[in-house]
Amino acid sequence: MDITRFISTHRKSLLVGFLVLILIFIITLPLYAGESDVRVLTTVLIYVVLAVSWALFSGTTGYMSLAPAAFFGLGIYTMALLQKELPFFLIIPIGGLVAFAFALLIGLVTLRLRGIYFTIFTFGLVVFMTEIIQYLETRLYNRHGWDITPIDSEILLYTIFGLVVVTVLAAYFIRRSRYGLALLSIGGNEEAAEHMGINTTRTKVLIFAISSAFMGAAGVITAPSLIYVNANIAFSLFYSFMPILMAVFGGMGQLYGQIVGAVIFGYLEKTLRAQLYSYFMLGFGIILVAVIFFLPNGIAGLVPMLQEKLGGVIRRLRKGGQGEQHANT
Amino acid sequence: MRILEGQGVTKYFGGLAAVSDVDFHVDQGEILGLIGPNGAGKTTLFNLISAALPISSGEMRFKGQKLNGLKPHQICQMGVSRTFQETKVFGNMPVLQNVLVGAFFGTPTRVSGAAAAREAAQSLEFVGLSALSTTPIQDLTLGNQKRVEVARALATKPELLLLDELMAGLTPAEVGEAMELVTKIRDRGITILMVEHVMKAIMGISERVMVLHHGEKIAEGTPQEVVANETVIEIYLGEGAHAGS
Repeated sequence: MDITRFISTHRKSLLVGFLVLILIFIITLPLYAGESDVRVLTTVLIYVVLAVSWALFSGTTGYMSLAPAAFFGLGIYTMALLQKELPFFLIIPIGGLVAFAFALLIGLVTLRLRGIYFTIFTFGLVVFMTEIIQYLETRLYNRHGWDITPIDSEILLYTIFGLVVVTVLAAYFIRRSRYGLALLSIGGNEEAAEHMGINTTRTKVLIFAISSAFMGAAGVITAPSLIYVNANIAFSLFYSFMPILMAVFGGMGQLYGQIVGAVIFGYLEKTLRAQLYSYFMLGFGIILVAVIFFLPNGIAGLVPMLQEKLGGVIRRLRKGGQGEQHANT
Repeated sequence: MRILEGQGVTKYFGGLAAVSDVDFHVDQGEILGLIGPNGAGKTTLFNLISAALPISSGEMRFKGQKLNGLKPHQICQMGVSRTFQETKVFGNMPVLQNVLVGAFFGTPTRVSGAAAAREAAQSLEFVGLSALSTTPIQDLTLGNQKRVEVARALATKPELLLLDELMAGLTPAEVGEAMELVTKIRDRGITILMVEHVMKAIMGISERVMVLHHGEKIAEGTPQEVVANETVIEIYLGEGAHAGS
Protein backbone atom coordinates (compact mmCIF):
# COMPACT_ATOMS: atom_id res chain seq x y z
CA MET A 1 0.00 0.00 0.00
CA ASP A 2 2.84 2.31 0.88
CA ILE A 3 4.62 1.34 -2.30
CA THR A 4 1.69 2.20 -4.58
CA ARG A 5 1.18 5.49 -2.78
CA PHE A 6 4.89 6.26 -3.01
CA ILE A 7 4.84 5.56 -6.73
CA SER A 8 1.81 7.71 -7.38
CA THR A 9 3.02 10.70 -5.35
CA HIS A 10 6.60 10.63 -6.63
CA ARG A 11 5.66 9.69 -10.14
CA LYS A 12 7.43 12.53 -11.87
CA SER A 13 10.73 12.24 -10.04
CA LEU A 14 10.70 8.46 -10.44
CA LEU A 15 10.15 8.85 -14.16
CA VAL A 16 12.96 11.36 -14.47
CA GLY A 17 15.28 9.10 -12.47
CA PHE A 18 14.40 6.17 -14.68
CA LEU A 19 15.05 8.18 -17.83
CA VAL A 20 18.42 9.34 -16.48
CA LEU A 21 19.36 5.71 -15.80
CA ILE A 22 18.49 4.78 -19.37
CA LEU A 23 20.47 7.74 -20.65
CA ILE A 24 23.53 6.70 -18.64
CA PHE A 25 23.14 3.11 -19.76
CA ILE A 26 23.01 4.00 -23.44
CA ILE A 27 25.85 6.52 -23.28
CA THR A 28 28.19 4.28 -21.35
CA LEU A 29 27.35 1.03 -23.11
CA PRO A 30 30.21 1.25 -25.65
CA LEU A 31 32.69 1.54 -22.76
CA TYR A 32 32.15 -1.94 -21.42
CA ALA A 33 30.09 -3.81 -24.03
CA GLY A 34 31.29 -5.34 -27.24
CA GLU A 35 30.65 -4.10 -30.72
CA SER A 36 27.86 -6.63 -31.25
CA ASP A 37 25.97 -5.37 -28.20
CA VAL A 38 26.25 -1.83 -29.47
CA ARG A 39 24.78 -2.99 -32.77
CA VAL A 40 21.92 -4.77 -31.03
CA LEU A 41 21.07 -1.65 -29.07
CA THR A 42 21.27 0.46 -32.24
CA THR A 43 18.78 -1.83 -33.98
CA VAL A 44 16.49 -1.77 -30.96
CA LEU A 45 16.52 2.04 -31.00
CA ILE A 46 15.73 2.09 -34.72
CA TYR A 47 12.70 -0.06 -33.96
CA VAL A 48 11.70 2.36 -31.21
CA VAL A 49 11.67 5.21 -33.74
CA LEU A 50 9.64 3.18 -36.23
CA ALA A 51 7.13 1.90 -33.67
CA VAL A 52 6.60 5.27 -31.97
CA SER A 53 6.23 7.19 -35.22
CA TRP A 54 3.96 4.54 -36.71
CA ALA A 55 1.67 4.59 -33.69
CA LEU A 56 1.63 8.40 -33.64
CA PHE A 57 -0.47 8.33 -36.80
CA SER A 58 -1.93 4.84 -37.13
CA GLY A 59 -2.43 4.09 -33.45
CA THR A 60 -4.44 7.26 -32.88
CA THR A 61 -6.45 7.56 -36.09
CA GLY A 62 -6.95 3.86 -36.73
CA TYR A 63 -5.62 4.23 -40.27
CA MET A 64 -3.44 1.13 -40.42
CA SER A 65 -0.50 2.11 -42.58
CA LEU A 66 1.77 -0.53 -44.06
CA ALA A 67 3.94 2.17 -45.60
CA PRO A 68 6.78 2.53 -43.04
CA ALA A 69 9.09 0.53 -45.29
CA ALA A 70 8.50 3.01 -48.13
CA PHE A 71 9.66 5.98 -46.04
CA PHE A 72 12.38 4.03 -44.26
CA GLY A 73 13.68 2.85 -47.63
CA LEU A 74 13.62 6.38 -48.99
CA GLY A 75 15.89 7.35 -46.10
CA ILE A 76 18.27 4.50 -46.88
CA TYR A 77 18.39 5.52 -50.52
CA THR A 78 18.91 9.17 -49.65
CA MET A 79 21.99 8.07 -47.73
CA ALA A 80 23.15 5.83 -50.57
CA LEU A 81 22.92 8.63 -53.13
CA LEU A 82 24.25 11.51 -51.02
CA GLN A 83 26.94 9.82 -48.91
CA LYS A 84 29.77 11.09 -51.11
CA GLU A 85 28.33 14.57 -51.48
CA LEU A 86 27.31 15.61 -48.00
CA PRO A 87 28.26 14.93 -44.39
CA PHE A 88 26.28 12.22 -42.60
CA PHE A 89 24.65 14.59 -40.13
CA LEU A 90 23.27 16.72 -42.91
CA ILE A 91 21.84 13.73 -44.77
CA ILE A 92 19.72 12.74 -41.77
CA PRO A 93 17.39 15.78 -41.91
CA ILE A 94 17.40 15.59 -45.71
CA GLY A 95 16.25 11.97 -45.53
CA GLY A 96 13.54 13.07 -43.15
CA LEU A 97 12.48 15.88 -45.47
CA VAL A 98 12.37 13.60 -48.51
CA ALA A 99 10.13 11.17 -46.62
CA PHE A 100 8.03 14.08 -45.33
CA ALA A 101 7.46 15.48 -48.81
CA PHE A 102 6.71 12.09 -50.28
CA ALA A 103 4.27 11.27 -47.46
CA LEU A 104 2.56 14.61 -47.95
CA LEU A 105 1.96 13.74 -51.58
CA ILE A 106 0.85 10.19 -50.83
CA GLY A 107 -1.34 11.39 -47.98
CA LEU A 108 -3.16 13.93 -50.10
CA VAL A 109 -4.04 11.26 -52.62
CA THR A 110 -4.79 8.31 -50.35
CA LEU A 111 -6.12 9.57 -47.05
CA ARG A 112 -9.52 9.78 -48.66
CA LEU A 113 -9.44 6.00 -48.62
CA ARG A 114 -10.74 4.51 -45.44
CA GLY A 115 -10.22 1.29 -43.56
CA ILE A 116 -8.86 -1.68 -45.42
CA TYR A 117 -8.49 0.23 -48.69
CA PHE A 118 -5.97 2.59 -47.17
CA THR A 119 -4.04 -0.35 -45.72
CA ILE A 120 -3.96 -2.16 -49.04
CA PHE A 121 -2.83 0.97 -50.83
CA THR A 122 0.06 1.50 -48.43
CA PHE A 123 1.03 -2.13 -48.87
CA GLY A 124 1.01 -1.67 -52.63
CA LEU A 125 3.07 1.49 -52.25
CA VAL A 126 6.00 -0.42 -50.75
CA VAL A 127 5.91 -3.00 -53.53
CA PHE A 128 5.67 -0.23 -56.09
CA MET A 129 8.63 1.63 -54.59
CA THR A 130 10.79 -1.49 -54.81
CA GLU A 131 10.00 -1.90 -58.48
CA ILE A 132 10.30 1.72 -59.49
CA ILE A 133 13.58 2.28 -57.68
CA GLN A 134 15.01 -0.86 -59.21
CA TYR A 135 13.92 0.30 -62.64
CA LEU A 136 15.26 3.83 -62.16
CA GLU A 137 18.66 2.81 -60.88
CA THR A 138 19.08 0.43 -63.77
CA ARG A 139 18.07 3.06 -66.32
CA LEU A 140 19.82 6.05 -64.80
CA TYR A 141 22.92 4.57 -63.21
CA ASN A 142 23.07 1.20 -64.89
CA ARG A 143 23.60 -0.56 -61.62
CA HIS A 144 21.84 -2.73 -59.09
CA GLY A 145 22.34 -1.64 -55.51
CA TRP A 146 24.83 0.59 -53.72
CA ASP A 147 27.76 0.16 -51.39
CA ILE A 148 27.60 2.31 -48.31
CA THR A 149 30.68 3.36 -46.44
CA PRO A 150 30.41 2.04 -42.88
CA ILE A 151 30.36 4.49 -40.01
CA ASP A 152 31.71 3.82 -36.53
CA SER A 153 29.08 1.90 -34.56
CA GLU A 154 29.42 4.16 -31.53
CA ILE A 155 28.59 7.22 -33.62
CA LEU A 156 25.60 5.41 -35.09
CA LEU A 157 24.40 4.47 -31.60
CA TYR A 158 24.57 8.03 -30.32
CA THR A 159 22.97 9.38 -33.48
CA ILE A 160 20.02 7.02 -33.39
CA PHE A 161 19.64 7.73 -29.70
CA GLY A 162 19.39 11.41 -30.54
CA LEU A 163 16.69 10.61 -33.08
CA VAL A 164 14.84 8.50 -30.50
CA VAL A 165 14.81 11.45 -28.12
CA VAL A 166 13.50 13.79 -30.82
CA THR A 167 10.89 11.29 -31.99
CA VAL A 168 9.62 10.44 -28.53
CA LEU A 169 9.45 14.10 -27.51
CA ALA A 170 7.61 15.01 -30.70
CA ALA A 171 5.17 12.13 -30.28
CA TYR A 172 4.65 13.04 -26.64
CA PHE A 173 3.87 16.68 -27.34
CA ILE A 174 1.74 15.99 -30.41
CA ARG A 175 -0.31 13.42 -28.52
CA ARG A 176 -0.84 15.85 -25.66
CA SER A 177 -1.66 18.78 -27.91
CA ARG A 178 -4.90 19.70 -29.64
CA TYR A 179 -3.61 17.73 -32.62
CA GLY A 180 -3.51 14.65 -30.42
CA LEU A 181 -7.15 15.18 -29.50
CA ALA A 182 -8.02 15.75 -33.16
CA LEU A 183 -6.25 12.52 -34.16
CA LEU A 184 -8.05 10.56 -31.45
CA SER A 185 -11.41 11.97 -32.49
CA ILE A 186 -10.71 10.93 -36.08
CA GLY A 187 -10.04 7.46 -34.74
CA GLY A 188 -13.23 7.62 -32.69
CA ASN A 189 -15.57 8.84 -35.41
CA GLU A 190 -14.17 10.69 -38.37
CA GLU A 191 -17.50 12.04 -39.58
CA ALA A 192 -18.32 13.53 -36.20
CA ALA A 193 -14.80 14.96 -35.99
CA GLU A 194 -15.35 16.81 -39.27
CA HIS A 195 -18.63 18.21 -38.02
CA MET A 196 -16.99 19.43 -34.83
CA GLY A 197 -14.78 21.78 -36.81
CA ILE A 198 -11.73 19.61 -37.42
CA ASN A 199 -10.10 19.84 -40.81
CA THR A 200 -9.61 16.09 -40.86
CA THR A 201 -7.82 15.90 -44.19
CA ARG A 202 -5.22 18.47 -43.19
CA THR A 203 -4.70 16.90 -39.78
CA LYS A 204 -4.29 13.41 -41.17
CA VAL A 205 -1.94 14.39 -43.99
CA LEU A 206 0.22 16.55 -41.74
CA ILE A 207 0.67 13.97 -38.99
CA PHE A 208 1.16 11.19 -41.54
CA ALA A 209 3.97 13.24 -43.08
CA ILE A 210 5.56 14.08 -39.72
CA SER A 211 5.55 10.46 -38.63
CA SER A 212 7.05 9.49 -42.00
CA ALA A 213 9.83 12.04 -41.60
CA PHE A 214 11.10 10.17 -38.53
CA MET A 215 11.00 6.91 -40.46
CA GLY A 216 13.03 8.49 -43.26
CA ALA A 217 15.61 9.83 -40.82
CA ALA A 218 15.84 6.39 -39.21
CA GLY A 219 16.50 4.96 -42.67
CA VAL A 220 19.46 7.28 -43.18
CA ILE A 221 20.99 6.21 -39.87
CA THR A 222 20.38 2.54 -40.61
CA ALA A 223 22.02 2.60 -44.03
CA PRO A 224 25.73 2.58 -42.99
CA SER A 225 25.37 -0.62 -40.98
CA LEU A 226 23.88 -2.39 -43.99
CA ILE A 227 27.10 -1.84 -46.02
CA TYR A 228 25.34 -2.82 -49.23
CA VAL A 229 21.74 -1.97 -50.16
CA ASN A 230 19.46 -2.51 -53.10
CA ALA A 231 15.76 -1.81 -53.54
CA ASN A 232 14.75 -5.19 -52.15
CA ILE A 233 16.74 -4.66 -48.98
CA ALA A 234 15.83 -1.02 -48.45
CA PHE A 235 12.10 -1.39 -49.14
CA SER A 236 11.68 -4.73 -47.38
CA LEU A 237 8.13 -5.15 -46.06
CA PHE A 238 9.75 -6.44 -42.91
CA TYR A 239 10.20 -2.80 -41.89
CA SER A 240 6.49 -2.21 -42.37
CA PHE A 241 5.32 -5.12 -40.28
CA MET A 242 7.82 -4.84 -37.45
CA PRO A 243 6.65 -1.48 -36.08
CA ILE A 244 3.02 -2.63 -36.22
CA LEU A 245 3.77 -5.86 -34.36
CA MET A 246 5.78 -3.94 -31.77
CA ALA A 247 3.17 -1.26 -31.27
CA VAL A 248 0.35 -3.79 -30.98
CA PHE A 249 2.49 -5.93 -28.69
CA GLY A 250 3.41 -3.02 -26.45
CA GLY A 251 0.16 -1.08 -26.68
CA MET A 252 -0.84 1.77 -28.97
CA GLY A 253 -2.68 3.99 -26.52
CA GLN A 254 0.29 4.92 -24.37
CA LEU A 255 3.58 6.17 -25.71
CA TYR A 256 5.61 3.94 -23.40
CA GLY A 257 3.72 0.94 -24.78
CA GLN A 258 5.39 1.26 -28.16
CA ILE A 259 8.79 1.86 -26.58
CA VAL A 260 8.50 -1.18 -24.33
CA GLY A 261 7.17 -3.25 -27.24
CA ALA A 262 10.00 -2.22 -29.53
CA VAL A 263 12.66 -2.82 -26.89
CA ILE A 264 11.43 -6.29 -25.91
CA PHE A 265 10.64 -7.37 -29.44
CA GLY A 266 13.75 -5.85 -30.95
CA TYR A 267 16.07 -7.30 -28.34
CA LEU A 268 14.60 -10.80 -28.59
CA GLU A 269 14.61 -10.64 -32.34
CA LYS A 270 18.23 -9.54 -32.55
CA THR A 271 19.68 -11.88 -29.94
CA LEU A 272 17.63 -15.01 -30.53
CA ARG A 273 17.26 -14.79 -34.26
CA ALA A 274 20.87 -15.69 -34.98
CA GLN A 275 20.73 -18.92 -33.01
CA LEU A 276 17.24 -20.29 -33.29
CA TYR A 277 15.39 -18.24 -35.85
CA SER A 278 12.41 -20.50 -36.53
CA TYR A 279 11.81 -21.18 -32.86
CA PHE A 280 11.96 -17.50 -32.15
CA MET A 281 9.31 -16.71 -34.72
CA LEU A 282 7.15 -19.56 -33.45
CA GLY A 283 7.52 -18.43 -29.86
CA PHE A 284 6.90 -14.84 -30.75
CA GLY A 285 3.82 -15.74 -32.74
CA ILE A 286 2.37 -17.47 -29.70
CA ILE A 287 3.23 -14.54 -27.43
CA LEU A 288 1.66 -12.08 -29.84
CA VAL A 289 -1.56 -14.06 -30.10
CA ALA A 290 -1.70 -14.37 -26.32
CA VAL A 291 -1.16 -10.63 -25.87
CA ILE A 292 -3.91 -9.77 -28.38
CA PHE A 293 -6.26 -12.22 -26.66
CA PHE A 294 -5.66 -11.33 -23.06
CA LEU A 295 -4.28 -7.79 -23.24
CA PRO A 296 -6.15 -5.91 -25.94
CA ASN A 297 -4.23 -2.78 -24.92
CA GLY A 298 -0.85 -4.50 -25.21
CA ILE A 299 1.81 -4.80 -22.55
CA ALA A 300 1.04 -1.22 -21.51
CA GLY A 301 -2.46 -2.44 -20.66
CA LEU A 302 -0.90 -4.51 -17.90
CA VAL A 303 -0.12 -1.43 -15.84
CA PRO A 304 -3.66 -0.19 -15.10
CA MET A 305 -4.79 -3.81 -14.80
CA LEU A 306 -2.17 -4.57 -12.18
CA GLN A 307 -2.84 -1.28 -10.41
CA GLU A 308 -6.50 -2.15 -10.20
CA LYS A 309 -5.84 -5.71 -9.06
CA LEU A 310 -3.24 -4.65 -6.52
CA GLY A 311 -5.40 -1.77 -5.33
CA GLY A 312 -8.34 -4.13 -4.95
CA VAL A 313 -6.32 -6.61 -2.94
CA ILE A 314 -4.94 -3.88 -0.73
CA ARG A 315 -8.35 -2.34 -0.18
CA ARG A 316 -9.78 -5.74 0.69
CA LEU A 317 -6.97 -6.34 3.14
CA ARG A 318 -7.55 -2.97 4.78
CA LYS A 319 -11.29 -3.43 4.86
CA GLY A 320 -10.80 -6.89 6.31
CA GLY A 321 -8.63 -5.42 9.04
CA GLN A 322 -11.13 -2.68 9.82
CA GLY A 323 -13.97 -5.15 9.79
CA GLU A 324 -12.19 -7.19 12.44
CA GLN A 325 -11.64 -4.13 14.54
CA HIS A 326 -15.29 -3.30 14.34
CA ALA A 327 -16.19 -6.81 15.31
CA ASN A 328 -13.93 -6.58 18.32
CA THR A 329 -15.28 -3.33 19.66
CA MET B 1 -34.50 37.84 -39.31
CA ARG B 2 -33.77 34.76 -41.37
CA ILE B 3 -30.69 33.02 -40.05
CA LEU B 4 -30.73 30.22 -42.61
CA GLU B 5 -32.28 30.33 -46.02
CA GLY B 6 -32.47 27.72 -48.78
CA GLN B 7 -33.63 28.19 -52.34
CA GLY B 8 -34.33 25.35 -54.75
CA VAL B 9 -32.32 23.00 -52.59
CA THR B 10 -31.99 19.72 -54.46
CA LYS B 11 -30.05 16.51 -53.92
CA TYR B 12 -29.93 13.60 -56.33
CA PHE B 13 -28.74 10.12 -55.46
CA GLY B 14 -28.28 8.69 -58.93
CA GLY B 15 -31.59 9.44 -60.62
CA LEU B 16 -33.53 9.75 -57.38
CA ALA B 17 -34.23 13.17 -55.95
CA ALA B 18 -33.90 12.72 -52.19
CA VAL B 19 -34.50 16.43 -51.70
CA SER B 20 -36.26 18.18 -54.54
CA ASP B 21 -36.40 21.92 -55.10
CA VAL B 22 -37.07 22.83 -51.48
CA ASP B 23 -37.34 26.48 -50.48
CA PHE B 24 -37.12 27.00 -46.75
CA HIS B 25 -35.94 29.36 -44.10
CA VAL B 26 -35.21 29.33 -40.38
CA ASP B 27 -35.92 32.47 -38.37
CA GLN B 28 -33.48 33.62 -35.77
CA GLY B 29 -34.35 32.38 -32.29
CA GLU B 30 -37.09 29.95 -33.27
CA ILE B 31 -37.52 26.21 -33.00
CA LEU B 32 -38.38 24.87 -36.44
CA GLY B 33 -39.60 21.28 -36.56
CA LEU B 34 -38.96 19.15 -39.60
CA ILE B 35 -41.26 16.16 -39.99
CA GLY B 36 -42.25 13.67 -42.62
CA PRO B 37 -42.47 9.91 -43.25
CA ASN B 38 -39.34 7.74 -43.41
CA GLY B 39 -37.38 8.46 -46.55
CA ALA B 40 -38.87 11.95 -46.91
CA GLY B 41 -35.40 13.52 -47.10
CA LYS B 42 -35.19 15.08 -43.63
CA THR B 43 -31.77 13.74 -42.73
CA THR B 44 -30.56 14.40 -46.28
CA LEU B 45 -31.54 18.05 -45.86
CA PHE B 46 -29.58 18.12 -42.59
CA ASN B 47 -26.61 16.59 -44.38
CA LEU B 48 -26.82 19.26 -47.06
CA ILE B 49 -26.91 22.09 -44.53
CA SER B 50 -23.99 20.68 -42.55
CA ALA B 51 -22.13 19.87 -45.79
CA ALA B 52 -21.87 16.16 -45.05
CA LEU B 53 -23.18 15.85 -48.61
CA PRO B 54 -22.59 18.24 -51.52
CA ILE B 55 -25.71 19.92 -52.84
CA SER B 56 -26.77 18.99 -56.41
CA SER B 57 -28.40 22.32 -57.17
CA GLY B 58 -29.89 25.27 -55.35
CA GLU B 59 -28.40 27.62 -52.84
CA MET B 60 -28.20 27.99 -49.09
CA ARG B 61 -27.22 31.01 -47.07
CA PHE B 62 -26.38 31.27 -43.39
CA LYS B 63 -26.63 34.85 -42.13
CA GLY B 64 -26.36 35.94 -45.75
CA GLN B 65 -23.21 33.95 -46.39
CA LYS B 66 -23.32 31.32 -49.10
CA LEU B 67 -22.78 27.76 -47.85
CA ASN B 68 -22.30 26.04 -51.21
CA GLY B 69 -18.93 24.37 -51.59
CA LEU B 70 -17.92 24.65 -47.93
CA LYS B 71 -16.60 21.72 -45.91
CA PRO B 72 -18.26 20.37 -42.75
CA HIS B 73 -15.59 21.83 -40.46
CA GLN B 74 -16.09 25.26 -42.01
CA ILE B 75 -19.85 25.08 -41.56
CA CYS B 76 -19.32 24.20 -37.92
CA GLN B 77 -16.93 27.08 -37.37
CA MET B 78 -19.41 29.46 -38.99
CA GLY B 79 -21.84 28.64 -36.22
CA VAL B 80 -23.96 25.73 -37.44
CA SER B 81 -23.59 22.60 -35.32
CA ARG B 82 -25.43 19.30 -35.34
CA THR B 83 -26.16 15.99 -33.68
CA PHE B 84 -26.70 12.69 -35.45
CA GLN B 85 -29.63 10.35 -35.86
CA GLU B 86 -27.39 7.35 -35.17
CA THR B 87 -25.25 8.70 -32.36
CA LYS B 88 -21.71 9.37 -33.52
CA VAL B 89 -19.74 9.79 -30.33
CA PHE B 90 -15.98 9.35 -29.97
CA GLY B 91 -16.03 5.88 -28.47
CA ASN B 92 -12.34 5.98 -27.58
CA MET B 93 -12.64 8.86 -25.11
CA PRO B 94 -14.38 9.62 -21.85
CA VAL B 95 -17.41 11.92 -21.82
CA LEU B 96 -15.61 15.19 -21.09
CA GLN B 97 -13.06 14.68 -23.89
CA ASN B 98 -15.92 14.18 -26.34
CA VAL B 99 -17.22 17.63 -25.49
CA LEU B 100 -13.71 19.07 -25.39
CA VAL B 101 -13.29 18.27 -29.09
CA GLY B 102 -16.18 20.59 -29.88
CA ALA B 103 -14.82 23.30 -27.59
CA PHE B 104 -11.33 23.15 -29.11
CA PHE B 105 -12.14 23.02 -32.79
CA GLY B 106 -15.67 24.31 -33.22
CA THR B 107 -14.92 28.02 -33.26
CA PRO B 108 -13.06 29.98 -35.94
CA THR B 109 -10.63 31.49 -33.43
CA ARG B 110 -7.99 29.48 -31.61
CA VAL B 111 -9.16 28.50 -28.14
CA SER B 112 -6.74 28.08 -25.25
CA GLY B 113 -6.67 24.81 -23.35
CA ALA B 114 -8.09 26.38 -20.21
CA ALA B 115 -10.91 28.12 -22.08
CA ALA B 116 -11.79 24.91 -23.92
CA ALA B 117 -11.87 22.95 -20.68
CA ARG B 118 -14.13 25.58 -19.09
CA GLU B 119 -16.45 25.61 -22.10
CA ALA B 120 -16.64 21.80 -22.15
CA ALA B 121 -17.40 21.60 -18.44
CA GLN B 122 -20.11 24.27 -18.79
CA SER B 123 -21.73 22.49 -21.72
CA LEU B 124 -21.76 19.20 -19.81
CA GLU B 125 -23.24 20.98 -16.81
CA PHE B 126 -25.90 22.50 -19.05
CA VAL B 127 -27.11 19.11 -20.29
CA GLY B 128 -26.90 17.76 -16.74
CA LEU B 129 -24.08 15.26 -17.16
CA SER B 130 -21.31 16.78 -15.04
CA ALA B 131 -21.31 13.76 -12.78
CA LEU B 132 -20.41 11.46 -15.66
CA SER B 133 -17.55 13.48 -17.13
CA THR B 134 -14.83 10.86 -16.59
CA THR B 135 -16.99 7.88 -17.56
CA PRO B 136 -16.14 6.06 -20.80
CA ILE B 137 -18.79 7.19 -23.23
CA GLN B 138 -19.78 3.68 -24.16
CA ASP B 139 -20.98 3.03 -20.63
CA LEU B 140 -23.70 5.67 -21.05
CA THR B 141 -27.32 4.99 -21.98
CA LEU B 142 -28.49 6.01 -25.44
CA GLY B 143 -30.34 8.97 -23.94
CA ASN B 144 -27.21 10.21 -22.20
CA GLN B 145 -25.05 9.65 -25.27
CA LYS B 146 -27.44 11.89 -27.17
CA ARG B 147 -27.07 14.47 -24.43
CA VAL B 148 -23.31 14.31 -24.81
CA GLU B 149 -23.78 14.95 -28.53
CA VAL B 150 -25.84 18.00 -27.65
CA ALA B 151 -23.19 19.19 -25.19
CA ARG B 152 -20.49 18.62 -27.80
CA ALA B 153 -22.45 20.63 -30.34
CA LEU B 154 -23.10 23.42 -27.82
CA ALA B 155 -19.40 23.59 -27.00
CA THR B 156 -18.77 24.74 -30.57
CA LYS B 157 -20.82 27.87 -29.69
CA PRO B 158 -23.38 27.52 -32.47
CA GLU B 159 -25.97 30.05 -33.50
CA LEU B 160 -27.97 27.37 -35.25
CA LEU B 161 -28.27 23.87 -33.87
CA LEU B 162 -29.48 20.94 -35.98
CA LEU B 163 -30.97 18.16 -33.86
CA ASP B 164 -31.55 14.93 -35.78
CA GLU B 165 -34.07 12.74 -33.94
CA LEU B 166 -32.85 13.61 -30.50
CA MET B 167 -35.77 11.77 -28.97
CA ALA B 168 -35.85 8.58 -31.04
CA GLY B 169 -35.43 5.52 -28.88
CA LEU B 170 -35.85 7.37 -25.60
CA THR B 171 -38.22 6.44 -22.78
CA PRO B 172 -41.25 8.71 -22.24
CA ALA B 173 -39.57 10.23 -19.18
CA GLU B 174 -36.42 10.91 -21.19
CA VAL B 175 -38.49 12.50 -23.97
CA GLY B 176 -39.87 14.95 -21.43
CA GLU B 177 -36.37 15.82 -20.26
CA ALA B 178 -35.16 16.19 -23.83
CA MET B 179 -38.03 18.61 -24.60
CA GLU B 180 -37.05 20.67 -21.61
CA LEU B 181 -33.44 20.67 -22.76
CA VAL B 182 -34.36 21.85 -26.25
CA THR B 183 -36.41 24.72 -24.88
CA LYS B 184 -33.58 25.64 -22.53
CA ILE B 185 -31.17 25.79 -25.49
CA ARG B 186 -33.54 28.03 -27.42
CA ASP B 187 -33.84 30.29 -24.36
CA ARG B 188 -30.08 30.76 -24.55
CA GLY B 189 -30.68 32.39 -27.91
CA ILE B 190 -29.68 29.46 -30.09
CA THR B 191 -31.88 28.81 -33.09
CA ILE B 192 -32.98 25.20 -33.48
CA LEU B 193 -33.89 23.10 -36.48
CA MET B 194 -34.99 19.65 -35.41
CA VAL B 195 -36.09 16.46 -37.09
CA GLU B 196 -38.39 14.40 -34.95
CA HIS B 197 -40.86 11.54 -35.18
CA VAL B 198 -42.20 11.95 -31.67
CA MET B 199 -45.21 14.09 -32.57
CA LYS B 200 -46.10 15.10 -29.04
CA ALA B 201 -42.61 16.51 -28.62
CA ILE B 202 -42.24 18.34 -31.88
CA MET B 203 -45.74 19.81 -31.88
CA GLY B 204 -45.29 20.81 -28.26
CA ILE B 205 -42.15 22.87 -28.60
CA SER B 206 -41.85 24.00 -32.22
CA GLU B 207 -42.90 27.49 -33.22
CA ARG B 208 -43.16 26.39 -36.81
CA VAL B 209 -43.23 23.01 -38.53
CA MET B 210 -42.16 22.06 -42.04
CA VAL B 211 -43.31 18.81 -43.65
CA LEU B 212 -41.29 16.91 -46.25
CA HIS B 213 -42.59 14.05 -48.39
CA HIS B 214 -40.65 12.28 -51.13
CA GLY B 215 -38.10 15.07 -50.94
CA GLU B 216 -40.64 17.84 -51.50
CA LYS B 217 -41.99 20.37 -49.07
CA ILE B 218 -45.72 19.75 -48.78
CA ALA B 219 -46.63 22.01 -45.88
CA GLU B 220 -45.31 24.63 -43.53
CA GLY B 221 -46.79 26.62 -40.69
CA THR B 222 -47.57 26.63 -37.01
CA PRO B 223 -48.12 23.21 -35.42
CA GLN B 224 -51.88 23.87 -35.37
CA GLU B 225 -51.95 24.71 -39.07
CA VAL B 226 -49.89 21.70 -40.03
CA VAL B 227 -51.96 19.31 -37.95
CA ALA B 228 -55.09 20.60 -39.68
CA ASN B 229 -53.58 20.38 -43.16
CA GLU B 230 -55.46 17.81 -45.29
CA THR B 231 -52.43 16.61 -47.26
CA VAL B 232 -50.35 16.18 -44.15
CA ILE B 233 -53.04 14.16 -42.44
CA GLU B 234 -53.45 11.94 -45.46
CA ILE B 235 -49.76 11.29 -46.01
CA TYR B 236 -48.23 11.35 -42.61
CA LEU B 237 -50.37 11.83 -39.55
CA GLY B 238 -53.42 9.78 -40.42
CA GLU B 239 -56.98 10.47 -39.26
CA GLY B 240 -56.32 9.24 -35.75
CA ALA B 241 -53.63 11.79 -35.11
CA HIS B 242 -55.95 14.56 -36.23
CA ALA B 243 -58.67 13.49 -33.89
CA GLY B 244 -56.17 12.88 -31.11
CA SER B 245 -54.67 16.32 -31.14
